[in-house]
Amino acid sequence: MALQMTKHAMPEQDAQVRAHNFDEVALGYDEETAIAEANRCLSCPNPRCVQGCPVQIDIPGFISKMKTGDFDGAIGVINESNALPAICGRVCPQENQCEMHCVLGIKGEPVAIGRLERFAADRALAAKNEVKPITYAADAKKVAIIGSGPAGLSAAGELAKMGYKVTIFEALHKAGGVLSYGIPEFRLPKEKVVKVEIDNLKKLGVEIEFNSVIGKLYTVDELMEEEGFSAVFIATGAGLPSFMHIAGENLNGVYSANEFLTRCNLMKAYKFPEYHTPLKVGKNVAVIGGGNVAMDAARTSLRLGAEHVYIVYRRSEKELPARLEEVHHAKAEGIDFKLLNNPVEILGDDNGNVEKLRCIKMELGEPDDSGRRRPVAVAGSEFNLDVDTVIVAIGQGPNPLVQSTTPDMQTNKRGNIVADEETGATSKPGVFAGGDIVTGAATVILAMGAGKKAAAAIDEYLKNK
Amino acid sequence: MNKILKKELLSPSVWLFEIEAPRIAKKAEPGQFLIIRTNEEGERLPLTIADFNREKGSVTIVFQEVGAGTSLLAQLNEGECILDVVAPLGKKTHIEKNMGTVVCIGGGIGVAPIHPIARGMHEAGNKVISIMGAKNKDILILEDEMRAVSDEVLITTDDGSYGIKGFVTTALQQIIDRGEKINEVVAIGPVVMMRSVVEATRPYNIKTVVSLNPIMVDGTGMCGGCRVKIGDEIKFACVDGPEFDGHLVDFAGLLSRQRMYKDKEKVESDHVCNLTKIKEVL
Ligand SMILES: Cc1cc2nc3c(=O)[nH]c(=O)nc-3n(C[C@H](O)[C@H](O)[C@H](O)COP(=O)(O)OP(=O)(O)OC[C@H]3O[C@@H](n4cnc5c(N)ncnc54)[C@H](O)[C@@H]3O)c2cc1C
Ligand SMILES: Cc1cc2nc3c(=O)[nH]c(=O)nc-3n(C[C@H](O)[C@H](O)[C@H](O)COP(=O)(O)OP(=O)(O)OC[C@H]3O[C@@H](n4cnc5c(N)ncnc54)[C@H](O)[C@@H]3O)c2cc1C
Ligand code: SF4
Ligand code: SF4
Ligand code: FES
Repeated sequence: MALQMTKHAMPEQDAQVRAHNFDEVALGYDEETAIAEANRCLSCPNPRCVQGCPVQIDIPGFISKMKTGDFDGAIGVINESNALPAICGRVCPQENQCEMHCVLGIKGEPVAIGRLERFAADRALAAKNEVKPITYAADAKKVAIIGSGPAGLSAAGELAKMGYKVTIFEALHKAGGVLSYGIPEFRLPKEKVVKVEIDNLKKLGVEIEFNSVIGKLYTVDELMEEEGFSAVFIATGAGLPSFMHIAGENLNGVYSANEFLTRCNLMKAYKFPEYHTPLKVGKNVAVIGGGNVAMDAARTSLRLGAEHVYIVYRRSEKELPARLEEVHHAKAEGIDFKLLNNPVEILGDDNGNVEKLRCIKMELGEPDDSGRRRPVAVAGSEFNLDVDTVIVAIGQGPNPLVQSTTPDMQTNKRGNIVADEETGATSKPGVFAGGDIVTGAATVILAMGAGKKAAAAIDEYLKNK
Repeated sequence: MNKILKKELLSPSVWLFEIEAPRIAKKAEPGQFLIIRTNEEGERLPLTIADFNREKGSVTIVFQEVGAGTSLLAQLNEGECILDVVAPLGKKTHIEKNMGTVVCIGGGIGVAPIHPIARGMHEAGNKVISIMGAKNKDILILEDEMRAVSDEVLITTDDGSYGIKGFVTTALQQIIDRGEKINEVVAIGPVVMMRSVVEATRPYNIKTVVSLNPIMVDGTGMCGGCRVKIGDEIKFACVDGPEFDGHLVDFAGLLSRQRMYKDKEKVESDHVCNLTKIKEVL
């Protein structure tokens, strides 16, 4: 039988229907399709796909088990390298990672590695495989983790399995970091996926102290000197929202994407007034930016009842940093992409509410440092978009709370913590860091990879101490 | 979960809660605040830490029932627990020795957060003149507590039912006019009151610190919802403040942003009100 050159399609909710609900968009393969898709894999002896995966999952290894319907075996292989596969299968930018390198991609579409990973993981979640609690030695050393995003969670899991007593300190009232407050329900279900993965960690014996802002409640030094932690892993993410510093940014109706998504996801404003946190979405919304965060804010606006939602992005379609699948989904749902446009001012009415977004057209000039062609403004091309809500999604920086209270730990000029790429070691002995707080806003899987590497390095450090 | 150790009605619709919170009590300083979530559906409510007792391991809040969030909180009883309390948030008040004469102004419920600041200033050996303002005598709170930590106390009421008839600025002007050398003013209260205080001290170039209360979500610098314009800069009140140099604050912007959810708040409090009624019927 000739090899099918395209991926098996993933069933999804109809675009017109899903644009008005918060249920998951992509529904996942059924068993038959999963096996058929697995059979597209050539089990390359020298698998290029693995190089593209930041945690180096044995991709042909797990897929070959799926070919025979051995899904338990498949998840076993995946779990050797990835503690949160149900999440990665959903949110990894596969087209830039594993799938980009797959040989099938040369002539046709690559194997749908992410979808297969998701299938195996979802099946295991549904089976509720028992997690065996760990029996800790009486003199087990204590490790503190700051932040419960993917970096913190993966480090916690690894360290617990090594026999360390792990406490995660989390500033918010819920665990998961961006997985809980940032990425919306329709892309990453909270109860079904995120909570289950976190509960499994708790079953291992990992403790999570919520409402604990490190830098305020305890400093890193206090954790080590007074609270009895032998090592600390800092995984506080890139939580500080950037604004554009243009006129009108303080008007009512202007949100950072963080505020908008936090109100909706963490505080469940989409269930207002049953949940009490309000969120105002007007009729016409402009989201500024072109990454995953912008797509999420735009699609969330639509689901909250906006009639017309624009994405305003200063470069062209090719440069959109969002996952390909999210761009496709957003378009299908009716998001209006205003590409090669840059906002210059937000105009308000007499009551301080947003009325218009003034933009200027852009064209692509010479390549810049990042190798992408630099957008340049077209003189005299300003125009106004009639909008009542503006959501700024142009990036996030590092929150300085921990760094500013840990003066002997080195940071770079952007405020990120300086840490060894392989070990996460910072300039302060016993203190490690990883994820977005070190790299700047990146991806879930890179943050998890950093957590895993740091766990190994912390083990090494504590054994030699 | 933090247990309510004491619940007291200070004046109509103004409550004082003493909450068990040993970790927070150890760290809290005057000027800082906490964020409370009463129940799973509730909002995150920012409230100033009005007092703390390090030995007992407790913190005190004083709040006014103004809408859904605060009335849900007010329904909790002594011995019951608050779901989440996160603190200490924000920067502490700048207090040191030899600051000279400090005028501490508390308007309405603002007296509660000004109290630990006045006490701190007093303990550091500064001369503390306190001004307490209220609409009328019946809703004045914490008078004895303020007298205990001040060298002089002036009280103003809008209707003249107690102390000086007028606003806190009336008393402030009297102090200025009598030739008292004021080194610093700290004012906490309704935004319009703080704005009037700032306008009263501006001509005399008296350093004036105010505590801002924009709408907040996380309180850790993550959402930017609490942004305020201070001079030419945008600051996040939860981490860069809540106290700022009053002469640089854009009060008009602050007032406008605070009104953001006015219409939604009505829907919310009707909803909570109905729930309460249902509870009463059952
Ligand atoms: C809206 C959105 C969509 C995204 N979509 C994708 C996607 O589709 N695919 C993808 O791969 N990546 C995506 N990303 C990026 C990805 O989520 C991040 O790179 C990843 O979450 C970083 O993980 P982290 O563990 O370093 O930090 P975070 O997930 O940011 O977690 C940090 C945690 O630390 C806590 N914290 C911070 N400061 C303190 C403190 N002082 N004390 C205690 N706790 C503290 C925070 O509350 C938070 O819970 C998206 C990001 C956003 C915002
Ligand atoms: C740093 C800080 C410290 C505070 N300290 C105290 C305190 O010690 N005692 C006290 O009684 N109140 C304090 N507040 C104000 C208090 O948080 C609000 O009154 C409360 O959030 C209102 O919630 P609600 O649901 O009861 O009312 P809502 O119905 O939601 O709102 C009622 C009114 O309060 C305004 N409001 C709503 N949310 C906020 C908010 N987060 N901040 C300011 N105004 C708001 C609205 O514009 C409206 O006019 C403080 C606020 C901040 C930011
Ligand atoms: S973790 Fe991400 S990059 Fe690695 S195989 Fe899975 S989907 Fe691909
Ligand atoms: S490169 Fe593609 S075909 Fe080869 S093993 Fe990896 S997934 Fe299979
Ligand atoms: S409350 Fe979110 S940044 Fe201040």
